[in-house]
Amino acid sequence: MAYDRDIVIVGGGLNGCALALACARAGLSSVVIDRLPAEVRGGDRFDGRSYALAAASQRLLAALGLWAPLQGEAQPILEIKASDGRPGEGAAPFFLHFDAAELDEGPMGWMVEDRHLRRALLAAMAEEPLVEHRPGETVVAQSVEGMAAGVVLGSGVRLTAPLVVGADGKASGTAERAGIRRTGWDYGQTALVCAVAHERPHHGCAHQFFMPGGPLAILPLTGNRSSIVWSERRGLAEHIAGLDDAGFLEALRPRFGDFLGAISLAGDRYSYPLGLSLADRIVGERLALVGDAAQSVHPIAGQGLNQGLRDIGTLAEVLAEARRRGEDIGAGQVLERHRRWRSFDRAALALATDGFNRLFSNDNALLRLGRDLGMGVLGHLPGLRRRFVREAAGLAGDMPRLLKGQPL
Amino acid sequence: MSGTSVDAGEVAKFEAMAAEWWDERGTAAPLHRMNPCRLDYIARQIAAEFDRDRAAPRPFAGLRVADIGCGGGLLSEPMARLGAEVVGADAGAENIGVARAHAAAAGLTIDYRATTAEALAAAGESFDVLLAMEIVEHVADPRAFLATCAGLLRPGGLMICSTLNRTAKAWALAVFGAERVMRWLPAGTHDWSKFLSPKELAEMLREAGLEVVDRKGMVFDPLSGDWALSERDLSVNYVAAAVRPG
Repeated sequence: MAYDRDIVIVGGGLNGCALALACARAGLSSVVIDRLPAEVRGGDRFDGRSYALAAASQRLLAALGLWAPLQGEAQPILEIKASDGRPGEGAAPFFLHFDAAELDEGPMGWMVEDRHLRRALLAAMAEEPLVEHRPGETVVAQSVEGMAAGVVLGSGVRLTAPLVVGADGKASGTAERAGIRRTGWDYGQTALVCAVAHERPHHGCAHQFFMPGGPLAILPLTGNRSSIVWSERRGLAEHIAGLDDAGFLEALRPRFGDFLGAISLAGDRYSYPLGLSLADRIVGERLALVGDAAQSVHPIAGQGLNQGLRDIGTLAEVLAEARRRGEDIGAGQVLERHRRWRSFDRAALALATDGFNRLFSNDNALLRLGRDLGMGVLGHLPGLRRRFVREAAGLAGDMPRLLKGQPL
Repeated sequence: MSGTSVDAGEVAKFEAMAAEWWDERGTAAPLHRMNPCRLDYIARQIAAEFDRDRAAPRPFAGLRVADIGCGGGLLSEPMARLGAEVVGADAGAENIGVARAHAAAAGLTIDYRATTAEALAAAGESFDVLLAMEIVEHVADPRAFLATCAGLLRPGGLMICSTLNRTAKAWALAVFGAERVMRWLPAGTHDWSKFLSPKELAEMLREAGLEVVDRKGMVFDPLSGDWALSERDLSVNYVAAAVRPG
């Protein structure tokens, strides 16, 4: 039998689109099945959502030719300040201060709005003959027959390929249909996400305040705007989410402080229950999972999309190499290479993100002291600091070529 | 099949394995493990010799490739995916059956034949590329076999040949280790006395009228389970590329 495509990608979010483009650069054709209709995916209104792109993620986008249209819309993160605090008490005496000057690679990351990223990806896909975008379609069935993986769409269309990739989020139907279970836990926290406009410039500085209820991240957007990721205990978060805009700002102000002057809302408000959700396996028979479908992590350091792009850089490179050898890209042996390459990263990430958050959202006085000292100590150890900064920028570890900014 | 270099006992051994050719975890697992390394070498050599762009969708389009001792098609299929017109030859009819069925399932067109290099030569066939991978150590008369293979090449054609070195280490790893201890391969798969040193192989290739253009070791890393090419270590598995002057 002949295949319809090299890869069927289920999920038209950022990860699915980025994977399709990365694979196309390596000569692999794909079809991207997107649940959302094109007008929703391509909308250009600012909805308040944005991403902290690690340096490695920015390089991947640049290697795919996507950075040129985004550069003008991206805010470089030049500095990160992390401090411990309680509402109304101000920052603890010790705080972590990371500076782009500590990295030879330039800014520590970039803040990019969701709408700009989405539109850049869609535009690039439209120009790429090896990628077919099918918006407004859902997968109703999936199977493996002989050497072909196949999906059936709601419209009745059947598509086959040597490989199906699930990029369909943490409630991945692709994983579920393949019988892949998930392990996870709930942090009992909810992240309140929005953008604010402020009076004074942020100078490219990102702040992370570690509050008893969870961290508050203030991340610089272009102009005098910042993105807020405010994690709180579930009950309180739900209460705050239920307030009107004025009430929400009233609750935010004592935590945010006044270092950027008066603040106002600059987009919609969202709330996301926080939890860690890991697929038990990231590969199956003629199947791979990427992005949140593989691992959905606490957004404390903006690592969700960055981890997703690491999945994409890795999978695209493994598939590109397999194609260049003439291998069957859906063979167990090929997918095993992807699994192996990602396994260390996944385990380290889950542990680090979870441990980091537990350590930093606890009101126990003794822990608070240890934390203050720990942060102070961290701030005085150049080698460890550098490693920490490089990890946050996604520059540590055995990196796929795309994440180093190199072509496949 | 008179007048062939095929050893009847050797053919029977592989026929017993035929159904398991494509099971990545079965008896052919070591071959599947080694395949990416072999394919890297083969694809690189072909691309260099025929000046092909490996990023192209079907970089080997227009090249006629013979895979001698093709087994279940572990090399024939990748060559076909890369655009080559492939003739897969194996003396074991059961292997050819397995290979045909698998190629059909993969949507690949490959001309599989239950035949030998000698029969292909007698039929006047000619090729741009001839693969003789992990076969020289199994034929009755390697010198005659290599001469026949060389005769199948068109002027300017490329032959790639891999085998096992006749060293104590090769015996320890391939015969004692892989067959008797690990049971990766059925006992009796290899006969150490048939192994050739790189020098002997090079001499035979030269006698067959070919010019040896490259030689590399293939080294197994027991920790990662991966194979890698090596410039220096030809002590166990090695591969050579030779060209018929055009």
